[in-house]
Amino acid sequence: MAAISRALNAPTVVEPTEAGRGLWSWISVVDHKRIAHLYFMASGLFFLMAGIEALLMRVQLFAPNGHFVSAELFNQLFTMHGTTMIFLAVMPLFIGFFNAVVPLMIGARDVAYPRLNALSFWLFLAGALFLNSSWFLGGAPDAGWFNYAPINTSTYNPGPGIDFYAIGLQIAGIGTLMTGVNFLVTILNLRAPGMSLMRMPLFVWTVLVTSVLIILAFPPLTVNLFLLMFDRILGTQFFATAAGGQPLLWSNLFWVFGHPEVYILILPTFGIVSEVVATFSRKPLFGYSTMVLATVAIGFLSFMVWVHHMFTLGFGPWVNSIFALTSMIIAVPTGVKIFNWLATMWGGHVRFAMPMWWVVAFILTFTVGGMSGVMLAMAPADLQFNNSYFVVAHFHYVMIGGSLFGIIAGLYYWFPKICGRLMSERLGKWSFWFTVVGFNVTFFPMHFLGLIGMPRRIYTYAPGLGFTTWNEVSTVGAFILGVGVLLLAINVVVSAVAGRVASADPWDARTLEWAIPSPVPPYNFADIPLVRGRDALWVEKTHGDGRMLPAPAAHDGHAPPGTVHMPRPTALPALLAASVLALGYAMLYRSVWAAVAAGAVAVYAIHRSMFTPDPGEFMRVLSEPGELAAQGGAH
Amino acid sequence: MALLSAFALTGCAAAPESVLNPAGPVAQMQLSYMYLSFWIMAAIFLVVAGVLVVAVIRFRERRGQERELPPQVEGNTALEVVWTIVPILLLAILGVVTVAGSFTLARLAPSSRALVVQVTGHQYWWAYTYPSLGITTANDLHIPVGEKVDLELTSKDVMHAFWVPRLGGKTDLVPGRTNYMWIEADRPGVYTGQCAEFCGTGHADMRLVVEAQTPAQFQAWVQSMKHPSSVPASGLARQGYLDFKTAGCFACHAIAGTPYQGVVGPNLTNLAQRPMIAGNILRNTPANLAAWLRNPPGVKPGALMPNLHLSPSQVRALVAYLESLH
Repeated sequence: MAAISRALNAPTVVEPTEAGRGLWSWISVVDHKRIAHLYFMASGLFFLMAGIEALLMRVQLFAPNGHFVSAELFNQLFTMHGTTMIFLAVMPLFIGFFNAVVPLMIGARDVAYPRLNALSFWLFLAGALFLNSSWFLGGAPDAGWFNYAPINTSTYNPGPGIDFYAIGLQIAGIGTLMTGVNFLVTILNLRAPGMSLMRMPLFVWTVLVTSVLIILAFPPLTVNLFLLMFDRILGTQFFATAAGGQPLLWSNLFWVFGHPEVYILILPTFGIVSEVVATFSRKPLFGYSTMVLATVAIGFLSFMVWVHHMFTLGFGPWVNSIFALTSMIIAVPTGVKIFNWLATMWGGHVRFAMPMWWVVAFILTFTVGGMSGVMLAMAPADLQFNNSYFVVAHFHYVMIGGSLFGIIAGLYYWFPKICGRLMSERLGKWSFWFTVVGFNVTFFPMHFLGLIGMPRRIYTYAPGLGFTTWNEVSTVGAFILGVGVLLLAINVVVSAVAGRVASADPWDARTLEWAIPSPVPPYNFADIPLVRGRDALWVEKTHGDGRMLPAPAAHDGHAPPGTVHMPRPTALPALLAASVLALGYAMLYRSVWAAVAAGAVAVYAIHRSMFTPDPGEFMRVLSEPGELAAQGGAH
Repeated sequence: MALLSAFALTGCAAAPESVLNPAGPVAQMQLSYMYLSFWIMAAIFLVVAGVLVVAVIRFRERRGQERELPPQVEGNTALEVVWTIVPILLLAILGVVTVAGSFTLARLAPSSRALVVQVTGHQYWWAYTYPSLGITTANDLHIPVGEKVDLELTSKDVMHAFWVPRLGGKTDLVPGRTNYMWIEADRPGVYTGQCAEFCGTGHADMRLVVEAQTPAQFQAWVQSMKHPSSVPASGLARQGYLDFKTAGCFACHAIAGTPYQGVVGPNLTNLAQRPMIAGNILRNTPANLAAWLRNPPGVKPGALMPNLHLSPSQVRALVAYLESLH
């Protein structure tokens, strides 16, 4: 019967418990929650890889004139560490959270474009695997994560490493760009009735602004990578100085992307912190409107500061002054956020579960990173700081002490919603102290190293320069940090299997995702909820009976009673991404025929996706909240 | 934070390339900016940390509070205005000095009196030309103390950055473009640093040496560069002079006062006067020079000077010749 109705291309009725068994269900996945799992697993692995790369560098730098790795390998390590952490770990971890909770927080059943969402993930994975396969196929890229010209051209870098960088980031970047489009549309169009923009949880606001940043910031990177591929594959001369090419074109396009990218990597953390601090202080977020305004202001200003990465490139006093001032201005909305978080705690009854521990650590370390950021914005002083270990210290305080601490807070916070179980607090505290202490022992001394003249990206240093002691301290700290991260990874695995079973609302929280069961059924909301105020669930707890009211029934695609209309799983996105991956290798090996073949598969997948309508399927709604968990569950 | 200032006071002697121990007006100005911003930032940090600690201690949920809710305050416009305006005022201070400083470091008009040195970056060494003096040298920059020196920076290959922390911040050397910076040393001494823009395998070994000399010493050096030692007439040094051609060294290297005029590698005029060799990573001793000549990429990974497989006698002769170049 099911086969016949599929053949007639009509929706079938499926059980929610059918969704989520077997390998094929992952390859054909379109459910945002399961895509979130894929993002977390893949980017978690890349995070660990980049961490190992960092540890290898720290061993090399433990003593002067070190010989643990060669200069060539060291250059590959720092390039891949930075590129992996930014593009393949921290950003996709955030995208994991976008997927895991944004539709839940706005009362939607999925994102606006579920297939595009799957394609985003598969393209990210394809780009990431392509880039990392360079280790086995002739050497990883070795010109730093910002890959300045002209050292990235064939003249100075004839090996395949930079090709892997250009093509791999291009593939992953297209996926990220689609994520930006998807979440912009999702947030603007799929909010539950009653959820006006100014009633959205602050995390959703940060995702909205981040999506806009992705859409506006990635195209300059895309263009830059294309120009580089043209130079390297077709022999154009955009960056070849001998033929009149312009290396500063790369630098500018890169940082026009690169600085908004920094905010793509920090704004979602601001959102996570805002949710956690309000929930655990048991108060509304202090100054919600100001926080929204600050988020938008930071997003806007992030496009006007890119030259502060290039004060040493010689653009002159006018340009340097203007960009120094715009960079300093960013500190104002950022400072407003920090003070509003403090004010949220002030006067509250602050509960110290693990998410809140991480928020406290975040506020301290991120403030240190923000302070050193203001110091770097002073252009004349930056001429000393630039490319020194002071900068390495600064951006690790922002990226780890800021972005990552926020990610960890979010992980503890939403883990029960994602996995249906709570993470261990006891293991969590061990992990917390190892991570926070190790982080500060690793990176605080790097401020000193920069001030005593150590540039970044040197594979070794001479004795007698005073660098040795602080490098030793930093290396020891890195291993303490490594233990902390390892304990976190263990906590995730152990808790996912054997953690305490979570209720729907274990933190007595405020927003919509806590109104539905943990783990969440495939269709999220049996009834689309009616939002009657900011902190929608909290409004019902304080002014109603604690349950969301159903919104007046919208027309739901003539779904039979007791079912909801859901997209049907499809492997077309995975097929398309696989063909793009093959296209990447064809370009790498300069094989026109392989490129044509891979391109043909890609065109087929696109054609099928566009011109074969998806009838979807009718998924039966579970009668009991616990039914899903009792039957073995989709998660 | 207190640690940082304590460090600033004690850490200099052991750190010869410390930004915190300036030896000229540019580095001095930059350091004063760092201190100004540091103290403002430290004050803000103490406020944030203080409020956070108080909040964590005072507003912890206590036993018995599980069921009651704190006052549901949603905001306070006056407070939010305060913590918007105060940072703006503090940043305004930093902004004013930043703009002033940026213009101080710029070349607003060609200064006719300043000594000009053209600096060209190469993988992985530095070429210096003094156009007004007609001198070309490499890796060993001589400047007179108490005098503003204009550096005109460019690169022959990839980007590099000139950074001698005690004399001032860095400026990048960009191929196809001439950048500008000025330095000045207050007192005689040897100031070191290294390339600060990643430039390839040998990046870590592309080190900088600046010898700041009294005007008299500087003039003596100028004269010695203008009148280099004559070609050796006999002995091992003479053999080395001849080997310099037969082994192929002349194709890349120039030595003033000889027919050797290669321009690919560093100019070797008066090499024996230089404190360091091999991109300033080795002391200039006969033993180090011999080791370098035997296998340059083995000594300095990524070095573009090839291993010419010189015979031991060639190495001996070349060392004798090069160490005779005073």
